[in-house]
Amino acid sequence: MNQLTLRPGNLSAAIAPPERPTPQRWMRALNWLHLHLFSSWLSTATTLTLAYLLVRGLITVIDWGILLAVWSVPQGDSEACRAVQGLGACWAVIGEKYRFILFGTYPYAEQWRPTLSVALFIGLYALSGWRRMWRRELFLIWIVGLLAVIALMRGGMAGLSHVPTERWGGLPITLMLATVSLVAAFPLAIVVALGRRSDMPVIRWLCIAYVELIRGVPLISLLFVASVIFPLFLPEGIDFDKLVRAQIALILFAAAYLSEVIRGGLQSVGTGQYEAANALGLGYWRKMGLIVLPQALRRTIAPLVNTFIALFKDTSLVLIIGIFDLLSAAKTAIVEPAWQGFGVEVYLIVGAIYFAFCFAMSRYSRSLERHLKATEHA
Amino acid sequence: MRRLPTLSLGDPLLRAWVYQALALGIVALTVWYLTANTLRNLELRGISTGFEFLWREAGLPIAETPIDYAPTDSYGRALLIGILNTLKVASLGIVLATLLGTMIGIAQLSRNWLLAKISALYVELLRDLPLLLQLLFWYTALQALPAARQAFNLLPGIFLSNRGLMLPALSIDNFQHLAVAIAAIVIVIAAAFFFRRSRFAKRQDGQRRRLWPSVLILAMLLPTAIFWRLGTPFQVDLPTLRGFNFRGGTLVSPEFFALLFGLVTYTAAFIAEIVRAGIIAVSKGQWEAGRALGLHNGLILRKIVMPQSLRLIIPPLTSQYLNLAKNSSLAVAIGYQDIVSIANTTLNQTGQAIEGIAIIMMVYLTISLSISLFMNWYNDHVALKGL
Repeated sequence: MNQLTLRPGNLSAAIAPPERPTPQRWMRALNWLHLHLFSSWLSTATTLTLAYLLVRGLITVIDWGILLAVWSVPQGDSEACRAVQGLGACWAVIGEKYRFILFGTYPYAEQWRPTLSVALFIGLYALSGWRRMWRRELFLIWIVGLLAVIALMRGGMAGLSHVPTERWGGLPITLMLATVSLVAAFPLAIVVALGRRSDMPVIRWLCIAYVELIRGVPLISLLFVASVIFPLFLPEGIDFDKLVRAQIALILFAAAYLSEVIRGGLQSVGTGQYEAANALGLGYWRKMGLIVLPQALRRTIAPLVNTFIALFKDTSLVLIIGIFDLLSAAKTAIVEPAWQGFGVEVYLIVGAIYFAFCFAMSRYSRSLERHLKATEHA
Repeated sequence: MRRLPTLSLGDPLLRAWVYQALALGIVALTVWYLTANTLRNLELRGISTGFEFLWREAGLPIAETPIDYAPTDSYGRALLIGILNTLKVASLGIVLATLLGTMIGIAQLSRNWLLAKISALYVELLRDLPLLLQLLFWYTALQALPAARQAFNLLPGIFLSNRGLMLPALSIDNFQHLAVAIAAIVIVIAAAFFFRRSRFAKRQDGQRRRLWPSVLILAMLLPTAIFWRLGTPFQVDLPTLRGFNFRGGTLVSPEFFALLFGLVTYTAAFIAEIVRAGIIAVSKGQWEAGRALGLHNGLILRKIVMPQSLRLIIPPLTSQYLNLAKNSSLAVAIGYQDIVSIANTTLNQTGQAIEGIAIIMMVYLTISLSISLFMNWYNDHVALKGL
């Protein structure tokens, strides 16, 4: 316990208080239990009820998920799984379908390319989480990284075979939709946030109308616009890929929410900063670019991560307009008659993937918030 | 102080005018260009425009109809049912999510370690999974339940099976229906009257009148009188198993149940965090002062802490309500026929995509606006007065 090693002649030994007997370990444990689980009749009742439910739930889960589960079956034969359906899990469906769930219908032999893309995305996230990397160059790194991913997925150059976007699917699509939305929406969001605080009424009202319209309707309706109405907007003969159209809808969606986050950051910059910039004779753009935005954006980093988590989850909605993201691939994997009825297992595994990404980001956002709060006034 | 801009590019006022004119011009040009393209495309594809289709026969079957509907009715009526279905799930969802979320938020702060940890785990788990995934999961899990014959009997009269949730129904016969309705109105009016009188009396001498005994007596007396005069005004119709299915009771469809369950559990996780943050933000001194007055924890929470934290809770709570209402549109993925689902079928059948999506957007904008207005009114109501 005591970190200091006491030597004879050490001054601290002389002034140390007389040693008190440390309470017994089990006494302390008992005390903790009394305080935290059995402090009153109500608390005791709560503890016992919850403990009972927890143990019963755990037994059921262990029975279903481990003891009675089927882990592997001969190729494409779900007979063994059918036998225990309702009693035990069929994890064999994951072994059978994991390539399809992760990469959709991407050509089987070329699936190292989406794997590498996912690794690139995770690398980009890790790099951005590193505070020493927070410089202007980071934005450049992102653009290069995203272009590399698209080149890798698309192929048709450097000896890679061309893979059309209709065959892209699974996890890379989810990561790409979320990431590209954030990166592309960011500059737009800054412009809209500045516009909403502008003195010019026309610009202010245009920005307000944009943000409130997008935030007032569900994302699905925007995706419907992208998939059904957008082709009507274009002149004859010009058509975008469906994936690109969904991506545009997600960017416009993300920009509206992001601009509100950035507006919050702008509001938190004190008026003194604006006045000081004015006193230095800086024009509008230099005032914003050099004085206000750097301070505002720093404060929006933590809520920005939260927006990104929400966006990451929301990309799953593209399922409804028939784009093959992770969730969509999972849903399709269990359409095959042999594997029908094993949706719970597949959704649990896909849920674990989503959870791993979101949980890591939300933990990061929380630690960041604490860190920024601590350094704010230092 | 208004002045006209001078004709020099250095004048900020002139620049402002130029910028605004430019912005307006670009927006107008874009809108004009897109409209022109759209009109030409529609003409090429031979799709008519306008809302006449609303009066055409829909021929579209709807499983759950709060008001009478047959497939021979018009598209307009089908869409109205979609709107009612959306409102049904959204309003029920908001009430239930608020209750569950508040309970979990308070439980997270419980001194009971197990309760606090389990609540925290709940919040962490549900927040970090996409709602659509959760809805598909619940819907799939519900379909994997045993058939009606082996339904789980949760409570007497409540059965859960792959056909959905069976609940007891109240069957009310028409004439007595009226008597019950009149009695209910009388009770509400009387309660409001008592409430006003006690508030007035409180203003006079500061004494709080007990309100509930008189309301309770009234609430007991009137139904007893009706029972005595007219016999039981309603009958509880318990669902019972006959052969392969249930007879009697009311059925909550698997689609509605999965949607409501998913929306409520998901949104409750966010509401729990808001409630927790709101309670923590009230300073410790308030709790200590309450204890010094000899109040117990429940009373301190209800009378001292909650009224203060409400001011912090309501604005983010409003956006959760808006999210819940908008998220109810995910119904289309599990086959509950809300406005998005019905409008989507309509636009597929008629080809009138722009009108269909415009209807969806208008409905949600109206719902969003109503929730915002109501919550802003409520927020003003609980805000500090006279500051």
